Amino acid sequence: MAGSRPGGRRGAPPESSTTQVPTPTPDPGDGGRFVFRTRVLSAADLRRAHTRIAHEIVERNHGPAGLVLVGLHTRGPAIAARIAAAIASFEDVEVPVGSLDVAFYRDDIGRRPVAPAGPTEIPVDVTDRVVVIVDDVLQTGRTARAALDALTELGRPRAVQLAVLVDRGHRELPIRADYVGKNLPTGYAEDVRVRLTDTDGVEDGIELWGPAGDDYADADADDGPGPVGDPPGGDAGDGNGGPR
Amino acid sequence: MNHLLSIDDLDRAALDELHALAESFLEVTGREIPKVPALRGKVVVSLFYEDSTRTRLSFETAAKRLSADVMTFAVGSSSVKKGESLRDTIQTIAAMGIDAVVVRHPSAGAAHQLARWVDASVVNAGDGRHEHPTQALLDTLTIRRHRGPAIDGLRVAIVGDVRNSRVARSDVKALALLGAEVTLVAPDTLLPPSLAGWPCTATHDLESVLGDVDVLMLLRIQRERAAEASFPSLREFTARWGLTVDRAARLAPGTLVMHPGPMNRGVEIAPEVADGPRSLIAEQVHNGVAIRMAVLWKLLSGGSGGGMVA
Amino acid sequence: MTGPTGAPSLHPVASGVLIRGGRVVDATGPRVADVLVEGGRIAAVGGDLAAGMPSGVTVLDASGCVVAPGLVDLHTHLREPGDEEAETIHTGARAAARGGYTAVIAMPNTDPPLDDAAVVAAVLARGADAACEVVAGGCITRGREGRELAPLGELHDLGVRVFTDDGACLSDAGVMRRAMEYARSLPGAVIAQHAEDPALCGHGSMHEGAWSARLGVPGRPAEAEAVIVDRDLRLAALTGTPLHVLHVSTAQAVESIREAKAAGLAVTAEATPHHFTLTDAACAGFDPVFKVHPPLRTAADRDAVRAGLADGTLDAIATDHAPHRTEEKERPFEEAPPGMLGLETALALTLTELVEPGLLTLEQALGALSWRPAAIAGLSDRHGGPIAPGGVANLCVFDPAATWEVDPTKLASRARNTPFAGRKLTGRVRHTVLAGRPTVVDGRCADGG
Repeated sequence: MAGSRPGGRRGAPPESSTTQVPTPTPDPGDGGRFVFRTRVLSAADLRRAHTRIAHEIVERNHGPAGLVLVGLHTRGPAIAARIAAAIASFEDVEVPVGSLDVAFYRDDIGRRPVAPAGPTEIPVDVTDRVVVIVDDVLQTGRTARAALDALTELGRPRAVQLAVLVDRGHRELPIRADYVGKNLPTGYAEDVRVRLTDTDGVEDGIELWGPAGDDYADADADDGPGPVGDPPGGDAGDGNGGPR
Repeated sequence: MNHLLSIDDLDRAALDELHALAESFLEVTGREIPKVPALRGKVVVSLFYEDSTRTRLSFETAAKRLSADVMTFAVGSSSVKKGESLRDTIQTIAAMGIDAVVVRHPSAGAAHQLARWVDASVVNAGDGRHEHPTQALLDTLTIRRHRGPAIDGLRVAIVGDVRNSRVARSDVKALALLGAEVTLVAPDTLLPPSLAGWPCTATHDLESVLGDVDVLMLLRIQRERAAEASFPSLREFTARWGLTVDRAARLAPGTLVMHPGPMNRGVEIAPEVADGPRSLIAEQVHNGVAIRMAVLWKLLSGGSGGGMVA
Repeated sequence: MTGPTGAPSLHPVASGVLIRGGRVVDATGPRVADVLVEGGRIAAVGGDLAAGMPSGVTVLDASGCVVAPGLVDLHTHLREPGDEEAETIHTGARAAARGGYTAVIAMPNTDPPLDDAAVVAAVLARGADAACEVVAGGCITRGREGRELAPLGELHDLGVRVFTDDGACLSDAGVMRRAMEYARSLPGAVIAQHAEDPALCGHGSMHEGAWSARLGVPGRPAEAEAVIVDRDLRLAALTGTPLHVLHVSTAQAVESIREAKAAGLAVTAEATPHHFTLTDAACAGFDPVFKVHPPLRTAADRDAVRAGLADGTLDAIATDHAPHRTEEKERPFEEAPPGMLGLETALALTLTELVEPGLLTLEQALGALSWRPAAIAGLSDRHGGPIAPGGVANLCVFDPAATWEVDPTKLASRARNTPFAGRKLTGRVRHTVLAGRPTVVDGRCADGG
C-alpha cells in the first residue's frame, strides 16, 4: 500500500515527514529539491529523549496506572513502544500501546491526496484513561487536531496529552505538546526527518534537510554526503527542552 | 476527477491500495460508532435503473459511514419512465452539485457513457452483463483475508451463468490481476461466445474441478434462462452444475465457497453448503461496505492527482 | 411524376452549365474534357468548350476534379414520414447532394411504412423538389411484419422497383418465396433482403465475438447473416427472381454470393462504407454511434467485404444512411437504435479506404457508387451515365485529392450520428448537378447550406 503521507512538501509540510530514504542522499520523492543539512539528534540522543519523556509522563500522571500510549502513524507507534519499554524498565508495568490513523479525520481531505498509513488498533477502551498521543514531529498542529477527533470517536478519555520527539514550531492551531524530545526552531521551508530502525530500516536519528539551491545550502550536497553530512556525534543533540 | 467503471481501470498497485484502504475501513466498521468524518460535505448519488436493494444499500451505507450526503434517485418514480434520456437525467442531477454517482443499469456501458457527460466521479455498480467492479474487489478482498495477501497461483473456479454475469467478468479480471488461476465451469450456452483474451480456462465438467480448487465461486442463475433454452431445466442445471451437499463433500479440504448473492438456494447452491463452514457468503456482504467505502474515499478524498490510477 | 427528361419535373432547368477543366470518368473510361449542360441534358463533351459560350452559362470550375455520373444510393433512410426530427426528405436529399448523389432509394421503414400506394405517392411528391431524386423503395410485407404481402403491384405502378422490409429481416422462408415468385410478374423488380436471422440475433447489439464477450453486450453472430443469405440464394435459384442482398457484412456471405454469381444466379449485393472501414473494436467505448445492424464485424470480415468489392462480388457501395435524433443515440448502448449516417462520407471513404490503397480503381469505385446501383434500381435511363451528349445531366464533380476532417456539426443531414467524426478523409465533392441544375456548388448546397 502506498501508505506514507508525502513528506517534505515545501510550503505545507505535514508534521510527520515519512519519506523513506537512506541518509543523506537526496530524496527521490522530492525530486532532489531537498538536501541534507545536519543530524539534529543521534541514536543515543533519541534513546535519552525516550527515556526522559517516559519519566516525565509517569511523573506528571503520578504513576503509570490508567495510562495508554497511542502512536500516530507512521512513526508514532514505534516511538510509543519505545516509551512504553522505557516505562517498563523502571516501573515494571506494561503500559498499553496502541496505534491511531487520522487520515479520515484530516482537514485537508480533497485538497491533496490523503491516505491512511496503518491500522487503528488500541488494545484497551480509552474511556476514563489518560491517553498520551505520540507522534514524531509537531508542526502545524493539524495532525494532533485530527487525532483528538479520532480519539473522541473511540471513547471518552479522562485526559489527553501529547508527546512528540521534535517540536519545530510553525503552529497553525492552538495546540501544544506536553512532552517534547527537542525544540528545534526551523525555517518554514526546511524539513525535519525522523528515522527509526523499525519504520525506516536505518539507524535512529533526526535530520534537518533544507531546500536545494538556497544560498546557504552547500552546492556539493546534491551529489551525496556533503561537508555537513557526517557531523560529529551528538553535537546537535543537547536534549534540552522539556514539557512546556 | 476519475471513475471506477471497470476492473480495467485498475492496475495491481491500485487494487492493492483499495484492499489496504478497505482493511482500514473494516476497522472503522467494527467500531461502536462505525463512522468517520472523511467525506463530510461530499454528495453521493445512487442512480439505480435496476432493482438491487443489496448493492444500493451497501453503497449508501458506505457513503454514510464516510459522512457523505446520500441522494437516492428512484428511477421507477421519475421522469426517466417518461422517456428522459440518460444524458438529460444525469446532467439534471449533476446540476444540483454532486461529487459521485453510483450507477446500476441494465445496459452494458451505461456507466462509461455517464462518465463522458459529468464531472462527478462515476462508480459502476453493475452495467448489464458487462462489469460489477466493486463486487470483484470485495470478492478478492475476502479471498485475500483468508488466503493471505499473496494469492498468485490460487485456483479459483467460477461456476454457472458466466455469459450473462457482470460479476464473473469483473472477477476474472481482478483474480488475474492478482495472479490467481481461474477456471470457468458451465455449459457452452452459459459461457461467453468467445474467451479470446480472457485470462482463464473453461470446462463443462464441475466434477473434474471439485477436488482441485481453492475457491469455488458460484453465480446466480436467472430462472428465465431455462425459457431461453440455455439449459433444459433448473433441475438439470442443479444436477450438473449445482454445488450440492454431495459435491461439497468432495471439495478439497479448506476449499472456500463464495456467492455474490442473491442466492437461489437449492439451485446453484444447497442451503446446507451456503450456511456451512466453508461458506464466505455473509463475509462477502460485510466486506462489501468496506470496499465501497474504500472506492468512494479513493475517488473523493484526493486533491489533484488523487485518482484511481496514478 | 417525372418530366420528359425522366428527371423530376419540378426542378427549374438552368439556362446552361459548363463544367470546365475536369477529368471525365464514367463506365466508358477517363478523358479530360469540359461538359456542357443545356436543358437538363448533356449538350456537349469535349476539349475547351468555353470558347464562344453565351453569357448566361454558369461555369463550374472542375480543375483537378473528376467529373462522374451522379452517385446513386440504394439504401437511404430519410425518416419521413414519422421521424422528421431525425431527418426529412429535404434534409436527407441535401445531405445526399453534398455527398455527390443525384438519386437515393428511400427505404420503406418509415412510420407509416411505404407499404401503401398513398404513402409512396406522398413521399414521391415531397421529394419532387428535393436536392436529389428521391426514389421510393417499397415494403415486401404489410407493416414489415413478414406475413402478408404489401400491394407490390400498386407500388410497382408508382415506379417502385426495390422491395425490402429493411430494418427487419424477412425471416419466414415461405413468405420470402411467395414474394419472390409474385415479383416475377413485376418487370425490373428486385427483392432486397436485410439478411439477419432474428432468432439468432435475439437482442444482440453488436457483432458476436471476442469484443462482445468482453464487453458483455449480447451479440449478433455472423451466421445470422450467412444462414439467411444461403437460404435466399436457394430461393432465388428456385424462383428466378433477382435478389439483392443489402449491406453484406460477413466473409461467409461474401463467399456465398461469390459462388452464387459464379453459378449464374441473378443476385446482386451491396456493402456499406462502415462495414468496409470499421470493425467491432469500435464498440469498445460503448458509444451507440457505432451501433448498427448488421453490426460492425471483425477485421477479417471487413477485409472480405473489401475483397468482395474489388472482385465485383459486391456490386454496389450503399450507405445505409440511418439518421437518429441525438437523444436517441445518447441512450445506453443496448437500448439505442441502430444505424449511422453515410451519405456525406461515402465517396470520401471509398476513395480513402479502397482507391488510395489500390484495392479498387477509380472506375471500379465509381461503378459501385453510381452506374451499378443505378442499374440494380432500374435508374439507368437517367442516372449512372455514361457522360455523353443526350444523356440526362446527373453529375458529380469531386476533387479526389482534397483532404478534410469530418465534423458532425457541419453536415447537411439533420442528424449528427456519424461514426467518422474527426476522421481525416481524402476526396471531397465540389459540385453536384441534378438534371442540369447545380444542387451543390463549391461544396455548398445551392440553396445556401
